[in-house]
Amino acid sequence: MREVKVVSSIAKKKGFGATLWDYLTTVDHKKIAVMYLAAGGLFFVIGGIEAMLIRIQLAQPDNDFVSAGLFNEIITMHGTTMIFLAAMPILFGFMNAVMPLQIGARDVAFPFLNSLGFWLFLFGGIFLNLSWFMGGAPDAGWTSYASLSLASPGHGIDFYALGLQIAGAGTYIGGINFLVTIINMRAPGMTYMRMPLFTWTTFVASALILFAFPPLTIGLFFLILDRMFGGNFFDHTMGGNTIIWEHLFWIFGHPEVYILILPAFGIFSEIFALFSRKRLFGYSSMVFATVLIGFLGFMVWAHHMFTVGLGPTANAIFAVATMAIAVPTGMKIFNWLLTIWGGSIKVTTPMLYALGFIPSFVAGGVTGIMQAAAPLDYQLHDSYFIVAHFHYVIVGGVVLAILAAVHLYWPLMFNQMLSEKLGKWTFWFFFIGFHLTFFIQHFLGLMGMPRRVFTFGADQGWDLFNLISSIGAAFMAVGVIILVVNIIITVVKNVPAGNDPWEDGRTLEWAIPQPVPFYNFKQTPLVRGLDTFWIEKQEGNKEGMTYAEPLSDIHMPNNSIIPIVMTFGLFIAAFGALYNGEKDWAIPVIVLGLAITLGSMAVRSIKDDHGFHIHKEDLMNDKGGK
Amino acid sequence: MKTTMKEGFDLAMMRGLKKWRLFSLLAALTIFLSGCGEEYLSTLTPAGQVGRDQFNLLLLSSAIMALVIIVVVIIYVVALVKFRRKKVGEDVIPKQVEGSHTLEIVWTVIPILLLIVLAIPTVYYTYKHADVAAMDQVDEEGNKTNVTVNVTAKLYWWEFEYPDLGIVTSQELVVPTDQKVFFNLKAADVKHSFWIPTAGGKMDTNVENVNQFYLEFDEASASLEQGVFYGKCAELCGPSHALMDFKVKTLESDDFNAWVESMKTTQNVATDDLATEGEEIFNTSCIACHATSGAGTTGGVGPNLATFGDRNRVAGFMAHDEENLKKWINNPQEYKPGNLMPQPEAINDGKKFSEDQLDALAAYLMGLSVEK
Repeated sequence: MREVKVVSSIAKKKGFGATLWDYLTTVDHKKIAVMYLAAGGLFFVIGGIEAMLIRIQLAQPDNDFVSAGLFNEIITMHGTTMIFLAAMPILFGFMNAVMPLQIGARDVAFPFLNSLGFWLFLFGGIFLNLSWFMGGAPDAGWTSYASLSLASPGHGIDFYALGLQIAGAGTYIGGINFLVTIINMRAPGMTYMRMPLFTWTTFVASALILFAFPPLTIGLFFLILDRMFGGNFFDHTMGGNTIIWEHLFWIFGHPEVYILILPAFGIFSEIFALFSRKRLFGYSSMVFATVLIGFLGFMVWAHHMFTVGLGPTANAIFAVATMAIAVPTGMKIFNWLLTIWGGSIKVTTPMLYALGFIPSFVAGGVTGIMQAAAPLDYQLHDSYFIVAHFHYVIVGGVVLAILAAVHLYWPLMFNQMLSEKLGKWTFWFFFIGFHLTFFIQHFLGLMGMPRRVFTFGADQGWDLFNLISSIGAAFMAVGVIILVVNIIITVVKNVPAGNDPWEDGRTLEWAIPQPVPFYNFKQTPLVRGLDTFWIEKQEGNKEGMTYAEPLSDIHMPNNSIIPIVMTFGLFIAAFGALYNGEKDWAIPVIVLGLAITLGSMAVRSIKDDHGFHIHKEDLMNDKGGK
Repeated sequence: MKTTMKEGFDLAMMRGLKKWRLFSLLAALTIFLSGCGEEYLSTLTPAGQVGRDQFNLLLLSSAIMALVIIVVVIIYVVALVKFRRKKVGEDVIPKQVEGSHTLEIVWTVIPILLLIVLAIPTVYYTYKHADVAAMDQVDEEGNKTNVTVNVTAKLYWWEFEYPDLGIVTSQELVVPTDQKVFFNLKAADVKHSFWIPTAGGKMDTNVENVNQFYLEFDEASASLEQGVFYGKCAELCGPSHALMDFKVKTLESDDFNAWVESMKTTQNVATDDLATEGEEIFNTSCIACHATSGAGTTGGVGPNLATFGDRNRVAGFMAHDEENLKKWINNPQEYKPGNLMPQPEAINDGKKFSEDQLDALAAYLMGLSVEK
């Protein structure tokens, strides 16, 4: 066992190489959070550039800015990147950064797996994006419906299937890890019904990951086998069936929407309470609604398939089930409204996003109900109406939440405040641009414009609305650029923010001294109610925490390079699978890659790693921030 | 009996709407929405009962949703105006309210009631629009009472077979106005989706099964700007998905019957020298894939060209003139990437067609007609 002096480990300024090595091997949830945020942010920018290319191409009729085939690659990668490589990892970043602090834990339950999950996501994402440089990206849409994905030439779809399989494994591991953490690692007194809403939504979203990802994994394995290993799961001429892919994809895909939106709900719940200086209205019904949405999320997948021909009985059942989800979602909206009602509203940047979210998400929600009406959906399905709808819920819900959380949690993660002024500029550009881009697309859909079209003729009356939509997209891009500038300025200035920077912090994460010590809590806190930090502050407790234990040694996990090696093996094996049947070296490369992965798993299993202890005496000397 | 039930239902629905004070909202919505889009393409200008039912559902759901939005926005705006920190005071600590059971019940029950209002017509129309029982109805003589069309979607064109009439055409669907038209839908290669926005919602053409539904058309399309309704492929099917358009010509019953007769007896013979020359080229290079007689069944490798001269578009999306036709023949890959028509080099001894050959082909093809 290794012994360390705490003071030396945080006070010493490290060189670049040492810092890099630290991040490659870290198992600290806070550092992994930073990596999720950085990698997810990078993919968000890539996905955003793809979005801009789409809107440039569609700015005018009969445009030839990009070719037909390339356009399909761009839309596929835009959707896939934004969902799997941007939105989910960024949310995972915030879950990692905030959730353990909210429940009074020193780390997640499985720090090693946490690291493994991140590297799997990153290598999966890199593998998928390498397709751009290796013969073309996938081009069958992010849904990759089987008949088209089997017919697609080249290796694009292979990159999609293998890349998502690797990244998906990471997500799955992350989800299990969060579940176990929330079940087992809560501080004394942190009962389920005292957990902050962001922790609750993380919990339910993780449970959804647990049940939703296996169908995707199976679907992707079928696709991998069909395309690279001579399988016939989806080839109807050989007794396969393409509709199975649609079911598997949407049994995953619909809960996936809730995996994204529930943490967003959590973030906004925190923001509304914090910046209204008021307890979240109807806390228990909010929790109930979260669980109910998660449950119903599994009952409605076939509403994505109303036009497939499942018959009127299936369509009617799924239509009514889908409408039912509006009830708990409506409960949430009204609870948020009643939270700010009677409060003391301070319009900071995060609050501005939360206030912008309400009308945007309500608009996205009601169009969802319209599409639940199956016969009406026959018209709306696969038209620009649906494009408008899901961007209203995903951008108007998830992305606004992410941008809000970047501003809200930046001081918690980096001990710096982003500029409020630039933050508000970002908001207005992004918000106005968002509505300009997508509101009008509802009408394009109603006017008969199908989605995923690389061009459109001038005789169809869609020219003006498409142009307006493209102008809106440019506004959104300006907003994001201002955010990037804001981040750069803040990082360069590096002014310490201290703890409770928003002054009205209610939950445990704001009580911790800044910068957050790597062991989080010197002593495990005792939680005495919902909004525990608020309670302590109201009772005049200067420290902001009551402790559940005396100061004693803290057991910490060791860093490890094994997760990245394990992942790298899969990355290599994926290239072998990609070229299976085409190149002689394919099978040996698969074997080599899997050998690396299994070998590193063996090393991890055989070699005991007991972690290390921070001694009480060292802790007493360590002030852990200012 | 069935119709009266239906009318009764529709009437009850309208009366219900009035009761809900949604009617004026609906009227305003109708006027606003119908201003949107082209009448040959927009779902907001329904051209038949199915489309009209779905449009009514759009109005009903929009009205309910508008109601919800209005309530939310009012609470939102009032809260935002009344409870800003500037207004309530910097140091005020608001009362920490836990919640309200009464309010919880209110905003659970009212949405449920609103959803029931929407769910009932939804379920009704779901069954109504899926009802294809009348497809096999026959009159005393054993003839089908309704027209059925077998639609086969291919990369990137549409084949329309009329199995009971023994004719087949492509790219331009011709249907009668006074009856339900039933469709059997299938894809030949990858999945597509059959959509005529004005007539009603789409239905996927799957590769492994036949889907069935029906549409209705009120009036002859001759009065439209281009004399046709627009049809679309609504499921991503490859590079030229966006170009997989078709057109729909609706005819009065008598005109339709006349069209069917002339399709059955198509005799496309070239009339002048240039067209005759074109016919010869066609017969050596093109006829292996393209039939020129309307009588026949499904299964053409390329689109049936019996009605080519009557059509509204070249290759489904280009303006119907000789210039575009010649461009298309000599380089189909450029105009519709990924389509399966061979490049001219493959069918013309490794060469592009010469300008003279193209002129002749164009003259011949433009002369193929059952309406002239």
